[in-house]
Amino acid sequence: MVVPARKAGLMPDSSTRLHLAVALDGAGWHPGAWREADARASELFNADYWADLVSEAESASLDFVTIEDSLGVQSDDHFEPDYRTDRVRGRLDAVLIAARIAPRTRGIGFVPTAIVTHTEPFHVSKSIATLDFVSTGRAGVRVQISARHDVAAHFGRRELPRLSADVITDPLVQQQVNEYFAEAADYIEVLRRLWDSWEDDAEIRDVATGRFIDRDKLHYIDFEGRWFSVKGPSITPRPPQGQPIVAALGHGGASYELIAGSADVGFVTPRDATEAAKIVSEIAALQRAAGRRRDTVHVFGDLLVFLDRTAEAAQARRYRLDDLAGVEYRSDAKNFVGTPAQLADLLQEWHAAGLSGFRLRPAALPHDLVQITNGLVPELRRRGLFHTEYDTDTLRVSLGLARPANRYATA
Amino acid sequence: MTKPIKQIHLAAHFPGVNNTTVWSDPTAGSHIEFSSFAQFAQTAERGKFDFLFLAEGLRLREQNGQIYDLDVVGRPDTFTVLAALAAVTERLGLTGTINSTFNEPYEVARQFASLDHLSGGRAAWNVVTSWDAFTGENFRRGGFLAEDQRYERAKTFLQTTHELFDSWRGDEVVADKAAGVFLSDPNAGAFAHKDAHFDIHGRFNVPRSPQGRPVIFQAGDSDQGRDFAASAADAIFSRHSTLEAGQVFYADVKGRLARYGRHRDELLILPAATFVIGDTDAEAAEIAHEVRLAQVSPQTAIKFLEQLWNRDLSDHDPDGPLPTMDPIVGENTISRGRASVRMFRDPIPIANQWRAKAEAENLSTRELIVEVTGRQSFIGSPRTVAATINDLVQADASDGFILVPHITPGGLDPFVEQVVPLLQERGVFRADYTGTTLRDHLGLAPLRAPRRSGAAGASTGVAS
Repeated sequence: MVVPARKAGLMPDSSTRLHLAVALDGAGWHPGAWREADARASELFNADYWADLVSEAESASLDFVTIEDSLGVQSDDHFEPDYRTDRVRGRLDAVLIAARIAPRTRGIGFVPTAIVTHTEPFHVSKSIATLDFVSTGRAGVRVQISARHDVAAHFGRRELPRLSADVITDPLVQQQVNEYFAEAADYIEVLRRLWDSWEDDAEIRDVATGRFIDRDKLHYIDFEGRWFSVKGPSITPRPPQGQPIVAALGHGGASYELIAGSADVGFVTPRDATEAAKIVSEIAALQRAAGRRRDTVHVFGDLLVFLDRTAEAAQARRYRLDDLAGVEYRSDAKNFVGTPAQLADLLQEWHAAGLSGFRLRPAALPHDLVQITNGLVPELRRRGLFHTEYDTDTLRVSLGLARPANRYATA
Repeated sequence: MTKPIKQIHLAAHFPGVNNTTVWSDPTAGSHIEFSSFAQFAQTAERGKFDFLFLAEGLRLREQNGQIYDLDVVGRPDTFTVLAALAAVTERLGLTGTINSTFNEPYEVARQFASLDHLSGGRAAWNVVTSWDAFTGENFRRGGFLAEDQRYERAKTFLQTTHELFDSWRGDEVVADKAAGVFLSDPNAGAFAHKDAHFDIHGRFNVPRSPQGRPVIFQAGDSDQGRDFAASAADAIFSRHSTLEAGQVFYADVKGRLARYGRHRDELLILPAATFVIGDTDAEAAEIAHEVRLAQVSPQTAIKFLEQLWNRDLSDHDPDGPLPTMDPIVGENTISRGRASVRMFRDPIPIANQWRAKAEAENLSTRELIVEVTGRQSFIGSPRTVAATINDLVQADASDGFILVPHITPGGLDPFVEQVVPLLQERGVFRADYTGTTLRDHLGLAPLRAPRRSGAAGASTGVAS
């Protein structure tokens, strides 16, 4: 058993402090963000832009960044492409952004998005293992399903039904969506088995017998499932963390089952503390039912944040962004509009309700990220709710997760 | 009229998961820690190399039904480690081997376009094929492709990715804040491709990258492979590093370019080459022999024997003579996941040649294997090695070399420290990078942007 890192003195340990992640996407989550004066809208496909954002996040010792991704062009419509020219359109591959930035960082974690409905689990497994190597133990992955028929047509390997707001509540359609989540659960199982397919000490470099590896410490994973079978072993040795972090965003039902049954971190979208508490206990119950009573499953609250020095300024900014975008922007996550201190109040309340951390979605970059690092974090530290520096080597340990034993090791 | 002096192109191949790589040497470092890759890349960049090269395999090799354990095993994911190397280098090209069978064009195109953006235009793709069910067991479809279809799939895969890369002209991201126009074209990225292998359509979601598309490498040696390269590649990773064989290959492949409307300078011929450098030629020869013995351990010698003989020879004495019985002809059942066994299609004459050589030169099994499985390409003092390389390039046996050291990650150091300066002094190798992209380093003209995005248009597979 590994004891979570602690420091003597006033700094909270990982069991009392809350965790903070920032969700990076384009110029920010608000569709009008790219039009702000300080938006670097023509630099969204440059490495320097991402390096600067992550450097800012790291300067406040944020736990990790997530990086959004998709296998199609973004759309304001959940189900169909749009052909708008007034929105940020186009994205770089999230895993590669993370890999490009990680070597020049020293403490922050990287959790890029992988679309599990289309990519091969064998490829994602080695990508994230490699991200773990190039970041020396600070990698994870957010698994994302894709139910869009237009994205499926980019691959031509499976035909997905056209969905729309009308049919999404249809029981047959719900059944189909549940299937995507069931496939995601199998996918995560394959990732985990492949990460374990090399034991830690498989590489022996035994000159006497001429063997580079002890082949008995490499394991076929022999996964057979409804959507794929994967032989293994991985081509990549066991990553530094053993098991990089697996995260998932959920809104209920099958997505909570996925978090509870397969993930290390779940991102959820409550509207208030009561709902937060309800979601936490729902996931905890599902976790027990899935036989994971002994595992730690973090539940983080997602919030879309508009932050400024005064509540009025934050509100004005929000209205300006809505005007720029031509829409009153709402998403699956609650909008928070106010000062960093007010946000700290909310986070404190929701943390007490059971959430172990938060994933903040900056409405506009870099403005809201800087409000987080320069405003929110100092306030949380004053309240003893956030650490003052990175004090662990790996993302797992910073989240209070033990380095797991290899499931195939017999010794 | 004197022939103009050719500039030499040099690349650094990270030592691979085969017996060329000596892991038993005390100076041999990790094949998976990022620090090894970073050190290797930075050495290559110090040496002003055109690019770094990574091989790939999508299933661990096996022999006699067991995972092969005598060579280096384990490697990072190609795209991910190249993106990380973009963080610790500034000019060095980043060439990755990516398979056209167990991948999809949309994803591979995304990843290369992203790598090209994230490296400021230094990405390159060595397109390889596979077909086997053995590798397929790691993927959703299993072994779905017939062997004779693999080139066809590779060609159409490459063609499809070209269409994806060209689905953005490069001028669509205007980001006009005042006017509220991010994209000048609502259809940017539109594409449609339909043939026997791919039926896909929609919108590609990565804007055009600095080079437009990755530089394309191909490694085919067969007639079909050479044609594929002549029609679609920017460079060939070739097998012929000696004068005569190199000149013949060079003339043949360069001679095919006109058929595709291409100029001789548009396709570089770059053989793989190994090297041993010593203070003197004699010292280098001694070191080379020691390296060969390290590369062919007694256990490795037996494994090589088994690959030709196509049978279990674990009881054979590597210090004794070669086996007296004939190899088993037919499908190679001993070794899986290794391209080289395809070279042993006619094993009995080869076995006879080996026996004759062993008898004539009084060689044990291991010594014979050392002799027949690949001597280093360049063995000598720095001066000798530099002269040999320059002579080969000026004689049109190649346009340069992809150097494969036998020690990770420091094996490139002697070459960079001792040979490169001699080539620079002679004026046949760059003293510094003059351009920023890999196309610049390779002397390839920038690609013209497509006239309109989303144009499905006639496709010849030729970069314009």
